Amino acid sequence: MIGSARSWREKPQRYRYQAARCSGCGKVFFPPRVVCDKCRGRSFETQVLAGSGVIETYTVIHIAPSGFTDEAPYAVGVIRLDDGVRITGQIVDCKPEELAVGARVRREFRKVTEDGPSGVIHYGYKFVPES
Amino acid sequence: MRDVAVIGVGMNKWGELWELSHRDIWTSAALDAIEDAGVDHVDAMYVGCMSGGLFVGQEHLGAMLADQLGMGPIPGTRVESACASGGLALRQAYLAVASGAHDIVLASGVEKMTDVDGAAATYALSTAADQEYECFHGLTFPGLYAMMARAHMERYGTTIEQLAHVASKNHANGAKNPNAQFPMKVTPEQVLASPMVADPLRLLDCSPITDGAAAVVLVPLEMARKLSDGPIVRIAASAHATDTMALADRAEISAIESTARAAEQAYKAAGIGPDDLSFCEVHDCFTIAEVMVIEALGLVEKGQGGQAAASGLTALDGKRPVNPSGGLKSKGHPVGATGIAQVCEVAEQFRGGAGERQLDDPHWALTQNMGGTGASSVIHIFERVGREAGR
Repeated sequence: MIGSARSWREKPQRYRYQAARCSGCGKVFFPPRVVCDKCRGRSFETQVLAGSGVIETYTVIHIAPSGFTDEAPYAVGVIRLDDGVRITGQIVDCKPEELAVGARVRREFRKVTEDGPSGVIHYGYKFVPES
Repeated sequence: MRDVAVIGVGMNKWGELWELSHRDIWTSAALDAIEDAGVDHVDAMYVGCMSGGLFVGQEHLGAMLADQLGMGPIPGTRVESACASGGLALRQAYLAVASGAHDIVLASGVEKMTDVDGAAATYALSTAADQEYECFHGLTFPGLYAMMARAHMERYGTTIEQLAHVASKNHANGAKNPNAQFPMKVTPEQVLASPMVADPLRLLDCSPITDGAAAVVLVPLEMARKLSDGPIVRIAASAHATDTMALADRAEISAIESTARAAEQAYKAAGIGPDDLSFCEVHDCFTIAEVMVIEALGLVEKGQGGQAAASGLTALDGKRPVNPSGGLKSKGHPVGATGIAQVCEVAEQFRGGAGERQLDDPHWALTQNMGGTGASSVIHIFERVGREAGR
């Protein structure tokens, strides 16, 4: 259960891909943080994440946790976006054998999970092969 | 700070203990440790438990387990650092004795994991990762370590066959441990043929779901010399370090930096280096974890961890034995208890009571226990000393 308050709170990141750029040193955080771990600054500007990047590492989940058992097998990866920010997300619309470290992917807005049959549906980003 | 020693250990057979409750498993191990120590009370107790709430719906474990122990209204503290909860409970107990706050302290760990089904257990364990930005996307712990494994393979050429040898080696050791959950030998071929859990990690690359507890009794070294009639297990160093919670925030996904940092502190405090160690008990929650941890501990060079099990380096009769107990892989991984059970193995080895897996005259040993994907690591170094002062 994620619940409606958390789902609402996380919209800027899930729906609008908003990261925080430290006003002091320029380090970009996704998700945003209260304090910069590089310069201790507490002032940030909103920056929208790049829409594409490369797969840095990935896995294909065969044994899934509660909430995802109907979807297995599915791929999840760490993507290095073109702006240098790393982000974790599912990689969809491709076969597992088409996945490779270094392959280019692009972000899309998709349904990620839901709080049971009559609960909140949680949307967010997933990645698809760029070509 | 006072020198501290381990004078009693307690650990029962681990496994799917459906007939025993969370509290009963813990109390049996705790009483065994107290009896082994030859003391009639403890001044305080610490218990490592990752998730009493999600596994058995029980929190407030410091009070509940102190109550079960039946030794009066002693201070009872529950410590949580995911799978490093046990190691961190040991560290808190060590600090309590070293500082002079208490003299006789029980350090323990417990997890009762089989009261829930597999998907619920997988979810409970996943709470040790970043809930909002990793687990939200359906990641599991095997999935996170699978991504670390793939990164290690890409960077250093580590192979799935090499990982299979880690499982095979630890099961060979566990086959000699009567307390192990899965004390059977497995071949690398069996590991490679087992069902896929999170590509490239298969079922036999993963440590199991386990019910179990372990406990040890700590006292000042000088008191240990009066109470013990055999070799004494001195805690030579206790270190703890953290790293980013999310893998995506790590400088290098294929390295466990918290272990490297804690190891550096621990070696310095003990005044030794990796070459001095007789053996190590490390956190092989997955085969790739042992590979990455032995690199972080400096037992092998960075990137060379993959070959260590296949070459025999880390075998029981190798130059650098790793996980003589069978590790998490074969012995089982009741997460909160794991870091304490590692110390039980150190004590058994130092006392010469490890049976078929006994190492020849061990003097220094290291235990490494970690939480999550290495967001926390706890390391202890132990020295076997005699009863007389001056060692």
